[in-house]
Amino acid sequence: MSTGEGTIRLRPPRNTLDRRAVGWWRTQWLLAAAVPVVPLAVLGALIEAARPWLLLPAAVLAAAGTAAAVLLPVWWFRTHRWEITEDAVYVRTGFFRQEWRIAPMSRIQTVDTVRGPLEQLFGLSTVTVTTASAKGAVRIEGLDHEVAADLARQLTRITRDTPGDAT
Amino acid sequence: MSTAAPAGDWRRLDPRTVLVSALVVAGVVAGAAVPVTLGLTRWSSLPAAVLQMSAGAALVIGAAAGVDRVRWHRTRYRVGEERVDLHTGLLVVKRRSLARERIRTVDLTAHPLLRVLGLVTVRIGTGEQGGDSTLELDPVTRAEGERLRRLLLERASTVPPGVHREGELAVLDPRWIRYAPVSFVAPMLGGAAAGAVLQISDWVGAQGEVIAWVADRFRDTPLLWTIVTLVLAALIAGVVGAFGLWTEMWWNYRLEREPGGTLRVRRGLFTSRSISVEEARLRGVDLVEPLGVRLLGAARLDAITTGLAKDHEARDADHNTLLPVAPRERADSVAADVLRETATPTAAALVRHPPAARGRRLRRSLVASVGPVLVLAVLGTLFTPVLLWIALGCAVVSVPLAVALALDAYRGLGHALSGRYLVTRSGTVRRSTAALERAGVIGWTVRQSVFQRRAGLLTVTATTAAGGGAYTVYDADAAEGLTFAAEAVPGLLEPFLERTAHPGR
Repeated sequence: MSTGEGTIRLRPPRNTLDRRAVGWWRTQWLLAAAVPVVPLAVLGALIEAARPWLLLPAAVLAAAGTAAAVLLPVWWFRTHRWEITEDAVYVRTGFFRQEWRIAPMSRIQTVDTVRGPLEQLFGLSTVTVTTASAKGAVRIEGLDHEVAADLARQLTRITRDTPGDAT
Repeated sequence: MSTAAPAGDWRRLDPRTVLVSALVVAGVVAGAAVPVTLGLTRWSSLPAAVLQMSAGAALVIGAAAGVDRVRWHRTRYRVGEERVDLHTGLLVVKRRSLARERIRTVDLTAHPLLRVLGLVTVRIGTGEQGGDSTLELDPVTRAEGERLRRLLLERASTVPPGVHREGELAVLDPRWIRYAPVSFVAPMLGGAAAGAVLQISDWVGAQGEVIAWVADRFRDTPLLWTIVTLVLAALIAGVVGAFGLWTEMWWNYRLEREPGGTLRVRRGLFTSRSISVEEARLRGVDLVEPLGVRLLGAARLDAITTGLAKDHEARDADHNTLLPVAPRERADSVAADVLRETATPTAAALVRHPPAARGRRLRRSLVASVGPVLVLAVLGTLFTPVLLWIALGCAVVSVPLAVALALDAYRGLGHALSGRYLVTRSGTVRRSTAALERAGVIGWTVRQSVFQRRAGLLTVTATTAAGGGAYTVYDADAAEGLTFAAEAVPGLLEPFLERTAHPGR
């Protein structure tokens, strides 16, 4: 670590996501784990000769998927945070590989609100903010419907009021 | 001339397009004629087959010419005060219109046939993604192409005149051809040549004979020598191919700055190309040094611009190349001229990254090289000792190579702020030193994995509308990297930083 006046780091953004995001992430993990586990288990039940070869991987995958579904969303909920100021959008994501994204208001091109089928079920929305860079999009996943709509409205207002050519 | 203006300032393409289409199709037909005629002789006598073939060829060529005549008849374009319009289409008339202020590139290309006739293909682009952003005029006369290029790109100059070199910035030095064979093209072309021989012989149905002939040549030679000779032959073919390709691509190369703030690259032996880059769109330069080229002390210079044409023509990666592989000092001086700086940011002294970054690179490349060796060794102990020997051989070759590449990758890492530019360098097989205008940064992405957190490193990416969209500083010291990003674009990152009085967390 550097010496002298101390260290410098990115502070966490102010707002957390909606609590329901934990459930949403869990469901995603369980569904993802079910895709290989269910066919393996069904085949294992049907084909007697290959039973151990099919049920063992199924059990391992199921255990791994369940563990991920239980633990990861809790950690994610702690690390996924977002904030908007008058000048920029600031988002932190990831647990094992943390990522902070900053997009200035003057460079924002579009603000999209998307609700996937699973998100609908949990009453959540994803707000995507794009800039002119192909790699600079900022996504805030797992927001409450209302909060997301408000956020999109607010972003649209600020970007309209902020001068800039977006490139 | 082609300006049979029907209404207002509407113009037509050059009518000789019909001739060009007919000749191109005739060429294709001629290529197909021999096998088809031979095929026809199975059912009829040779003269009859030739007659049938000629009739078919005439029909095809006539049809192509006819279609192109209709296309010519239905295509017209107009450069108005505010917009450029193009009406075209065979069955359905497509009307397309571009706002002149949004036009960023006007590129001229001419394949040999067009050049003989004094024609060019003009591509007018706004530089935005999506198929409808480019208007293509195929073909017009060279004079008309030049007129359009000048008319559409000439704007009030936004940069102070006279400060920097106008006119010619670089011309081709034929000695640069010595860098052609060390590029990755050579081995690829060699492999392609070998593949082509086999493929063509397969079409003719003589693949077995070719292989037998080659095997016959080497009947008395040991296997090792056979392999060495064949690889050498392929390599020589590749080198010759690389020379040829280089000559075709870069002959007549010139880089010029034109009044009105446009950079123009002209090049090509048979197919001539003219690519214009508006300086207002230039966000920096990327000095690229592929491994072989770097060992010879040379580099290539690419432009980082917003909105170079992204259509099919742009897929050959050289669309944004400002200077072909040339000696490093030459590349640096051209970079300075292009950016209107006295000293190029690509040669700035860079901040080295902490030793932890070296450790990460060493570990990563060792895992990548030792992994396959371990797999081979395990399989070897289980099944056959031959694999053990192969594993040993792999280890002897790949581990030192991996270490060398990792150390070289670490040596290459660096970043700095240099005047109006931020500079980042990384890579070993393809080392890139990118100088990106600080005003062109439109966001930051900071990444830190668990391992990086422990080592006190992080990766900072500047996103931009230009070039690759993102330029990354890999594995910088955590505090230093954040300070760098905060200083590069004042005010953007600063509000989200927190400084702690005591070191550590």
